[in-house]
Amino acid sequence: MIRLSIPLRQALARLSLPLLIAAAFAVMLLGKADAVLVERARMAVADLLSPLWAAAQEPVAAVRGAAREAGELWGLRAENGRLREENERLRHWHATALSLEAENALLRRQLAWVPDPAPQFRTARVVADAGGTYARAVLLAAAPQHSIRKGQVALDERGFAGRVTEVGSRSARVLLATDINSRVPVVVEGSRARAMMVGNNASRPRLQHWPEGQAPREGDRVVTSAEANAFPAGLPVGLVRWSASGAAEVELFARLDRLDVLRLFDFGLSGILAPEAVARPEPARAARR
Amino acid sequence: MSGTGGRGWLAAADGVLRAVFPALSAALLLVLATVPVGIPGLAAAAALPPVFFWSVFRPAAMPPSAVFGLGVLQDLLGFAPLGVGPLTLLAVHGLAFRAREVLARQSFLRVWLAFCGFAAGAGAAGWALSALLAWSVPPPAPGLFQFGLAAGLYPALAWAFSRAHRAMRRAEGVA
Repeated sequence: MIRLSIPLRQALARLSLPLLIAAAFAVMLLGKADAVLVERARMAVADLLSPLWAAAQEPVAAVRGAAREAGELWGLRAENGRLREENERLRHWHATALSLEAENALLRRQLAWVPDPAPQFRTARVVADAGGTYARAVLLAAAPQHSIRKGQVALDERGFAGRVTEVGSRSARVLLATDINSRVPVVVEGSRARAMMVGNNASRPRLQHWPEGQAPREGDRVVTSAEANAFPAGLPVGLVRWSASGAAEVELFARLDRLDVLRLFDFGLSGILAPEAVARPEPARAARR
Repeated sequence: MSGTGGRGWLAAADGVLRAVFPALSAALLLVLATVPVGIPGLAAAAALPPVFFWSVFRPAAMPPSAVFGLGVLQDLLGFAPLGVGPLTLLAVHGLAFRAREVLARQSFLRVWLAFCGFAAGAGAAGWALSALLAWSVPPPAPGLFQFGLAAGLYPALAWAFSRAHRAMRRAEGVA
């Protein structure tokens, strides 16, 4: 260590805070200027910490499971009644679905229908909350030789949850549908009206930009639309709810505060991503092959 | 330090660990706060109590460079624009360091009240910086939630930190 005189050392110590504040501003400018560098740094940190989070998942999941069990035991009778009623309803729909399926097969044979290829999916576990205060995102742990790419659609077991925005060598970040930067084109099933589902960091994203005169009705089912090649069509998203303040909101099927495992579907669509994201869909990885 | 070389080496390592423990424990707290427990924005709220506490009671262990590193870690762990964390945490550190002469002598309740003020300022600054960097106005509710979380987390964390601080002072008094 260089021997500095005490007054000099004190002066340097007093200077360090303003210097670091200037460095913070510089880092801010760097973040705005070079988004790719920041993204790589973020995924490097996520890759480094992903095994730690995966290891911490077991005790956390055990505690949450115990809390959920306690809650379920508490409301057991009411839940039982509700399930019985839902079962009756679903039996009726099962019969209807079988007859519709038979009719569908008959019509397909009539039209010589070419079926769509079955989508490929991968399952990944949610290990960390990767959003922060003003963003809603989750981090997935992936095996080192994964094939997750930017833009893949992530689904809960019940419905649409989000899209992959950043990919590292051992992890991937999924931007949830409730994030403020998330804009998903949807179709309201009752009226087939196209609309845009925009997140606002609350638990229910807003529905906007529907055509004049085709306001969505309370309880209508919302699915994704195939607008602009950005999303695969027909994925279940949620139900329309009108809030007390008169705004149309979507109650998502997916339970975003209790995500455990996400299915990533690669429909081969890459629309509405920045050009450099599409030009380099492979994550930065040491060349091993 | 005592005579034999072995004992001196151990005491030196002890000293290094004491110097490094607050910043390392704050970083570990940040990493653990991102485990998904259903509370969004826990990481930013968990970074404020350690920075405030150690800046007031043991500033040598939380130098500005460590605060800067914690801020960058906080931004990289989440999806926030880079720079919000370092700036707010450095501001909290600087102001807490200045107020150290007054705060270090107060009772726990007064220090907690002062911390609530700092947390509110940090929440407002974080909101303003996010609005500036993203060039769009985010809703203020998450900022208020972060303030509430930080104020709620402070007592438990401060209790743990003050135990550690007392242990470190005892070790230094002996050595």
